Amino acid sequence: MSSFDPISALVGGGMIGLAAVVLVLFNGRVAGISSIFGGAVDCERSNFAWRGAFLVGLIGAGAIAWWLNAPHLTIEIAADWPLLIAAGLLVGFGSRLGSGCTSGHGVCGMARGSKRSIVATLVYLSIAALTVFVTRHLMGG
Amino acid sequence: MPRILVSLVSGLLFGAGLILSGMVDPARVLGFLDFAAIGSGTWDPTLAFVLGGALAVSIPGYWLARRRAQPVLDRTSHVPAPGPLTPRLILGSVLFGIGWGLVGFCPGPALTALGAGEAKAAIFVAAMAAGMWVFGKTAGK
Repeated sequence: MSSFDPISALVGGGMIGLAAVVLVLFNGRVAGISSIFGGAVDCERSNFAWRGAFLVGLIGAGAIAWWLNAPHLTIEIAADWPLLIAAGLLVGFGSRLGSGCTSGHGVCGMARGSKRSIVATLVYLSIAALTVFVTRHLMGG
Repeated sequence: MPRILVSLVSGLLFGAGLILSGMVDPARVLGFLDFAAIGSGTWDPTLAFVLGGALAVSIPGYWLARRRAQPVLDRTSHVPAPGPLTPRLILGSVLFGIGWGLVGFCPGPALTALGAGEAKAAIFVAAMAAGMWVFGKTAGK
């Protein structure tokens, strides 16, 4: 992991925001990844094409960066596989139950001033921070 | 067809933003969520800058989209009306937050990391899909 770089963070964040704006302005769709990926998992026929194209782009960006050997592409995953499975199940089930994740509630919902998205974002941010505190500082993991 | 292309571009831009901003790296996300590190000077403020950068673009963008009668490429907007704040939204956000804090992956970064060829991201994404599938078969009915 490289050191904190505010410019990359702001510009990268701006690109994420722009992606959400492009999707809502042209297609009238929310760039909520859990709902886009969840719809694909549920095999919803009606929205298959645009969701599929978005996912191809999202996954393809990683593939292109890997292929180009992009300097920004550093991925450090400390978790072992049982933890990855537990966390994946929680993220999948929880984001669907909560009607959104960091993208749908955080970037899109908060942008349109949705109160429940603001609450959802505050809840998952504090719970995630609490989880890190417990695992890193109380359990010493 | 133009709508499919817009979705693809949006997904690519979203993924590229996640990579440039460092959010594709779980270690960096956990570095932000570890608020106890503020005192020791090792805290990573990146995520706040990314969310700030995203909102700086998505807030005016969503405002612009709302002012239009319809999206550029569709007859109606598919942005859902703001729903009520429900116990299941809170519970879902809590479960999502725990999973997010355990590994540092939320759905978008996990999919982009999968594209970059990370085996551990593949395990997480498979579990996430399973969690969403279980939701679709149980609580989502």
